[in-house]
Amino acid sequence: MQFMLLFSRQGKLRLQKWYVPLSDKEKKKITRELVQTVLARKPKMCSFLEWRDLKIVYKRYASLYFCCAIEDQDNELITLEIIHRYVELLDKYFGSVCELDIIFNFEKAYFILDEFLLGGEVQETSKKNVLKAIEQADLLQEKTENMYHSRSFIGCKKSILEY
Amino acid sequence: MALKMVKGSIDRMFDKNLQDLVRGIRNHKEDEAKYISQCIDEIKQELKQDNIAVKANAVCKLTYLQMLGYDISWAAFNIIEVMSASKFTFKRIGYLAASQCFHEGTDVIMLTTNQIRKDLSSPSQYDTGVALTGLSCFVTPDLARDLANDIMTLMSHTKPYIRKKAVLIMYKVFLKYPESLRPAFPRLKEKLEDPDPGVQSAAVNVICELARRNPKNYLSLAPLFFKLMTSSTNNWVLIKIIKLFGALTPLEPRLGKKLIEPLTNLIHSTSAMSLLYECVNTVIAVLISLSSGMPNHSASIQLCVQKLRILIEDSDQNLKYLGLLAMSKILRTHPKSVQAHKDLVLQCLDDKDESIRLRALDLLYGMVSKKNLMEIVKKLMTHVDKAEGTTYRDELLTKIIDICSQSNYQHITNFEWYISILVELTRLEGTRHGHLIAAQMLDVAIRVKAIRKFAVSQMSALLDSAHLVASSTQRNGICEVLYAAAWICGEFSEHLQEPHQTLEAMLRPKVTTLPGHIQAVYVQNVVKLYASILQQKEQAAETEAAQEVTQLMVERLPQFVQSADLEVQERASCILQLVKHIQKLQAKDVPVAEEVSALFAGELNPVAPKAQKKVPVPEGLDLDAWINEPLSDSESEDEKPKAIFHDEEQRQAKPRQPEADEEELARRREARKQEQANNPFYIKSSPSPQKRYQDAPGVEHIPVVQIDLSVPLKVPGLPMSDQYVKLEEERRHRQRLEKDKRKKKKKEKQARRHSALHTESDEDIAPAQQVDIVTEEMPENALPSDEDDKDPNDPYRALDIDLDKPLADSEKLPVQKHRNAETSKSPEKEDVPVIEKKSKKPKKKEKKHKEKGREKGRKKEKKEKKPSKHKKKKHRKEQEERSADRKKSKKKQPAGGGAAEPVENGSLDEEPLPPMSSYCLLAENSYIRMTYEVQGSLQEDSRVTVSIVLENQSSSFLKNMELNVLDSLNTKLARPEGSSVHDGVPVPFQLPPGISNEAQFVFTIQSIAMAQKLKGTLTFIAKNDEGSTHEKLDFKLHFSCTSYLITTPCYSDAFAKLLESGDLSMSSIKVDGISMSFQNLLAKICFHHHFSVVERVNSCASMYSRSIQGHHVCLLVKKGEKSVSVDGKCSDSTLLSNLLEEMRATLATC
Repeated sequence: MQFMLLFSRQGKLRLQKWYVPLSDKEKKKITRELVQTVLARKPKMCSFLEWRDLKIVYKRYASLYFCCAIEDQDNELITLEIIHRYVELLDKYFGSVCELDIIFNFEKAYFILDEFLLGGEVQETSKKNVLKAIEQADLLQEKTENMYHSRSFIGCKKSILEY
Repeated sequence: MALKMVKGSIDRMFDKNLQDLVRGIRNHKEDEAKYISQCIDEIKQELKQDNIAVKANAVCKLTYLQMLGYDISWAAFNIIEVMSASKFTFKRIGYLAASQCFHEGTDVIMLTTNQIRKDLSSPSQYDTGVALTGLSCFVTPDLARDLANDIMTLMSHTKPYIRKKAVLIMYKVFLKYPESLRPAFPRLKEKLEDPDPGVQSAAVNVICELARRNPKNYLSLAPLFFKLMTSSTNNWVLIKIIKLFGALTPLEPRLGKKLIEPLTNLIHSTSAMSLLYECVNTVIAVLISLSSGMPNHSASIQLCVQKLRILIEDSDQNLKYLGLLAMSKILRTHPKSVQAHKDLVLQCLDDKDESIRLRALDLLYGMVSKKNLMEIVKKLMTHVDKAEGTTYRDELLTKIIDICSQSNYQHITNFEWYISILVELTRLEGTRHGHLIAAQMLDVAIRVKAIRKFAVSQMSALLDSAHLVASSTQRNGICEVLYAAAWICGEFSEHLQEPHQTLEAMLRPKVTTLPGHIQAVYVQNVVKLYASILQQKEQAAETEAAQEVTQLMVERLPQFVQSADLEVQERASCILQLVKHIQKLQAKDVPVAEEVSALFAGELNPVAPKAQKKVPVPEGLDLDAWINEPLSDSESEDEKPKAIFHDEEQRQAKPRQPEADEEELARRREARKQEQANNPFYIKSSPSPQKRYQDAPGVEHIPVVQIDLSVPLKVPGLPMSDQYVKLEEERRHRQRLEKDKRKKKKKEKQARRHSALHTESDEDIAPAQQVDIVTEEMPENALPSDEDDKDPNDPYRALDIDLDKPLADSEKLPVQKHRNAETSKSPEKEDVPVIEKKSKKPKKKEKKHKEKGREKGRKKEKKEKKPSKHKKKKHRKEQEERSADRKKSKKKQPAGGGAAEPVENGSLDEEPLPPMSSYCLLAENSYIRMTYEVQGSLQEDSRVTVSIVLENQSSSFLKNMELNVLDSLNTKLARPEGSSVHDGVPVPFQLPPGISNEAQFVFTIQSIAMAQKLKGTLTFIAKNDEGSTHEKLDFKLHFSCTSYLITTPCYSDAFAKLLESGDLSMSSIKVDGISMSFQNLLAKICFHHHFSVVERVNSCASMYSRSIQGHHVCLLVKKGEKSVSVDGKCSDSTLLSNLLEEMRATLATC
């Protein structure tokens, strides 16, 4: 996998992970281009598109788009599964995740992603192991940072998985 | 999962935490930029504070801002500060920030090296983990080089959590620092069999990625992966392995054959679509790589196509898309299987998803045949009309052209139809592909001679119809076709029905609104047209009409003379003058037509795009040689940059030859003419230049049948192309009837017709007009093109490394050494001269030597290929003799070997040695006992002979003994030719009760740096009075590193030279609690570890041995009071350390 982007229906970037070295300028250009292209696609369209010499695999969960770039040889379906697995992990960790969770705890979302993928390759295929690693790392964390519960005051109840 | 609520203990003294920032940004939607710049100012203040918590908070906020697109590279140093915080909370944030914004250009990145190294070796696995994760995002070549060794060590970490991360990140390291691949590869390979599934899957991932880029280096891993594939149940891993096989099979077709079965099984059994899809893809790749002569694989193709059909019929758009995608891969090699599903593909053309329609279009390309081309294109044309977006419509347009023009218009039976399709396409609004249509028109008109007449009539209609010109400004794309139209009408003007009308059309004032390059073509072709009209009129003796035409030209051309386009202007004014001149001549009643036509005599031939490249270089012509000697670089070096231009100018100016006199010039001209006459490639101005190269079967020899114009060209009410479809159907029907008739009458004739007219076996449709495609010109003896376009910038190319070669010493990973630690660790180091300089000369010589030896050995081997008992006995005898010799020499040694005088070369002691045997037990059961010994042979490097003594311990008669081992990648049993890797090797004797005999087996070794264990089985039949039973005995063969050493004598001076010469790496061990005498100790080392003593002084001895691959191993053995220290030097550090470990085990028993 070359990179993963998370962006909202409004085209706001929520998360970006680059597994290939690119300059900031190039990253911005790619992001802009992809966000536009993906948002322009109609809901009934398939999740894959060819873009430059890469394949883009994206999936929409509620208001969030998860978008991965893979190489020509890579398997699109397994990439979709990776996306889904990541959403499941977020869901388990935050307890029915919504977009605000990812916004307000974006570093946690990164940590989970880093436990799941490394250098663009799947690192751990077991959901349980990923969550265990995150939990234990969290325990090491100073007990200062309070998990921010967006749900508590915004009233977001539905997980993005349920859409 | 409910989150553990942890109450904060630090008061929120900092101005804002991340949440506040996020909320703030959300609340300042109107003046976001202002708010953020204010926040950045605050962050800058926070970063100046000493409190690491404040800093970390600031960096965390920066990371968020970076995601929003703000530049935070200025804070790189602060990020490093946070990275190096001791608390995990902060470290985590630091590494996250680094991984998000560091890249190769970040200059402070080299400051992180030591911090990362520290974190990698941290006792907390999460520190290590976070460092590895971060590093995977921003590793640079420098970091990779400096940290490769540390990461490699982590690959053997006790915690699988670290191991899997280390294995994965190794791939990034390889990419940045390819030199690390070979040293790290053995360990990576080990990880394929790691007990932890996560680590195993990581190793599969990495090797799969490596192998996909450079598959040939990983062929030797195929058996291992095959095993993994058949045993693994993890779909993630399976997909990777199957993908890897897809990359390997093109290089090893046999592998493909083996794969088909397990893959088809998986296809049948799996419920995971992703796995199914991967299997289908790999099966396709395998079948493509296998030669077509595999009849039984049609079943696999059928299976794939079947499964893909299910995917395509699925309601899930994703599966539909992928199904079509995979289908197009099959199409390339097995078009027939796919063509059967034409209905499905055509159905997909109506899908609401554009990307699916595009995929279906791709498939159509391969599905057309002579029979269905018109039908399919008709369908596409209706899609063109319906298409909403221009992109999709343009795509359709190119596809139509692609489909029709593929392989030299192979499927087109009626070019009139094709031309009218092209003409219809010109009616598309706003297409970008006007030039594509134009190119097709030109190509067809030039190459299909029979169609020219029709083409010209259509083109003149195009020129006449105003719609293209009128809207040329808005629809700039499509007016390109006028370029083609004008040229065709001009070039083939003899076919024009009403040339005068066309001429008028081309001279309309509207034309001046066209783009310049099109106008230029207009101007030029107007003259061609004019010339042909002139000729016509003069032949008909209508002088007045001819003058009228000239007058028209003189009137209209000035509009082009005024053009802003240089080309148009220039051409127009030239031509205007010419026409005015003609007008004068015409006024004098001079016939001019002949001369004007002569301007455009001759015919243009299509030339293949690559023709120029393929002209062979004539003998004796050296293209690299300088025509004129370059100036010598006399200028001083520092002036160079300036000199470049200067230099060039001079070079151009200088080679002015002295001017030749008139006579010389004439002579040269003559010679040049001569040469041109003989040169087939020189395009002459003579009327028919092409004649020359058409001795070979060329255009002229193909019979050209006139178009049958009995068919009316226009059917009112229908668009042009449709009417052709109808006509074509009728024509085919007629043809069929005719053929049936003929069939009855004359069978022979039909046979001849078949062979003469058509080579297409599947189609019996004769084309409407006999079409001769003028083949593109190629020069004589054109060279076959060898386009090896490997991208030199491909980052993966550097990883194209042969992994099976043994590691050279120079390939070690750089290890960071602490100077202090090193000196304290090995104080003896000073004793051994260490020379840092590399001098490879002696090594090379040695290699040559070895090679010679190897050759001899090979010859010998040939002679003695069949291992006979004789040989074995001889061998055995020799061995015995050798050991006897050794004993003798031992006895010969004078007493008091421990004295001060140095003992050279050879064995030493006087004391009686305890009996030693190098044979150790391999396995035993009630029937048989096996002992074995491993010996390297000098004749063939990388080979060892295992002698196994088989002793029958039972009262049964043992026969049909067969030995088999499970080869590892590194160590393989040499089997008789023609047997597979799973076959056993028969033992060449039988064993009566109580008898023992020895059998020898040869193993090939790749790397000798590590000890190896091979599992094996001995099967045999035990026969006694009660009957015979099949029995087996499992064993484990242990190849110690020692067994790769060969006792080689060495003289002390050579030994000293050796220590001085090479860059040998060094290592040492110390064993305590030794009670044995030094002599016995040395003897033990000599015997068990195949060393010879070079020199011995008191309780200190130097020893030497050589490996079967020519590594030199030097030892310095010192005995203290109750301990022995052994310092070793060897050209391979791994080998050495393993040897020393084995030695430690031996010494521990002393």
